[in-house]
Amino acid sequence: MSDFSWLYDWPQFIPDLLPGLGVAIMLTLFSCLGGYILGFFLALGVESHLKILHYAALVIVELGRGVPILVLLFLVYQGLPQLGMMLDPNPAALAALMFSAAGYSSEMIRAGLNSVAAGQAEAANSLSMSPADTYRFIIIPQAARISIPPLVNLTIIIFQATSLATVITVPEIMQHAGVIGAATFEYMSVYTAAAVLYLCITIPGAVLSGYLEKTMGQKKRSKRKAVKALLSKSPTQSATVA
Amino acid sequence: MGEIIAYIAMGTGWTAVMTFGSAAIGIVLGLPMLALAQSRFSVLRGIYHAIVHVVRGVPTIVWLFIAFFGVGQLGLTLSPVAASLLVLSIIAAAYMAEIYRGGIQAVPAGQWEAANALNLDRFSTLRFIIGPQLFRAVSPSVATQIIGLLKDSALVSTIGVADLVFRAGIMTQYNAHGLYMFGIAGLIYLALSLPIAAFSRSIHAHITRRYALA
Repeated sequence: MSDFSWLYDWPQFIPDLLPGLGVAIMLTLFSCLGGYILGFFLALGVESHLKILHYAALVIVELGRGVPILVLLFLVYQGLPQLGMMLDPNPAALAALMFSAAGYSSEMIRAGLNSVAAGQAEAANSLSMSPADTYRFIIIPQAARISIPPLVNLTIIIFQATSLATVITVPEIMQHAGVIGAATFEYMSVYTAAAVLYLCITIPGAVLSGYLEKTMGQKKRSKRKAVKALLSKSPTQSATVA
Repeated sequence: MGEIIAYIAMGTGWTAVMTFGSAAIGIVLGLPMLALAQSRFSVLRGIYHAIVHVVRGVPTIVWLFIAFFGVGQLGLTLSPVAASLLVLSIIAAAYMAEIYRGGIQAVPAGQWEAANALNLDRFSTLRFIIGPQLFRAVSPSVATQIIGLLKDSALVSTIGVADLVFRAGIMTQYNAHGLYMFGIAGLIYLALSLPIAAFSRSIHAHITRRYALA
């Protein structure tokens, strides 16, 4: 441990890494947008009464969740050429991250959909709303309150996972850092700068997701309200018993 | 084909060492971090939150490169295995500590108060009252985290540990059948995560039976 100059040297590398940050953010936005839409339909598929649809969706979800993202990246980038599909690094990374995001998000979306009481859909049906309208106006708004906090969390995780795309030469933060490191031999400074750049996104993201969890998650009734509800209920209940 | 599968499957060794080694170290190291989180001094609690946010906020691959390339440049050369185990263990400890912290909050305050009312000392309270409930509360999350570590351990291939992904990559360079090679590796990861989940369910059922309460 002879050289401590990296402790004050690292900020000079931040500007060189910024183009990588842009790529990482774009990759996150597109893979999450596509992945969450796909995840919604996978959630509907897993809930489906059609056996074949149920199992097909389940297999896709479990592959997306159970296989490491690194393996997914290699499968898309080095595996698909075997089938004659040569993808450039950026679309390959997008596809792998989107697949992973779809798998993880479908479970979160499913938890949200399941949290909506069955009576809500039945009531909408008895008002002769179409299934599409039932989802659009009744189910999704209530499910969103449960699903959004974990989805924000997942977005941060996917942002961190974009760092893996360096193994298939996507020009994101770690790719730039690697090139600069090889040229200057200042690995410690460059990777410290990269770490700080990731923290600039992930720490505000963690704070936001913690806040959303507190405000949006299952709202517990305040003690006062619960007592009030109990008091207002008990006379009628005892009356019926009597 | 059999030889190729055997070659890739040999990577299970390093994958398992990385996963279970870092899980074991993380499960133990999480306890002193929990003590830090539960400290009565706000400075120590602040340090805890800073550590957890920084460790979890930086991607694993960045920590690996810092430990391997960065620290190596400073003159302290770590072997790929040592650097990987170090990084995965620290990350595991941070996650475990957060899981324990959530578990402590799940134990009702009345349990502490009741133990106090029975004049139990601090050690007995932790050992017989809080410990079992904490263990029951956290065991599913810990298992999920170990499966997460299994998938994170794939990253050690980027600094040259010969795990499943590393070996699948070498085979792909030989015969260009990437879909099969990484498909085999992916299936082995799935196969490894199943027993962890099953073991977690059985241990959770056992502890729930033994300390059954509402």
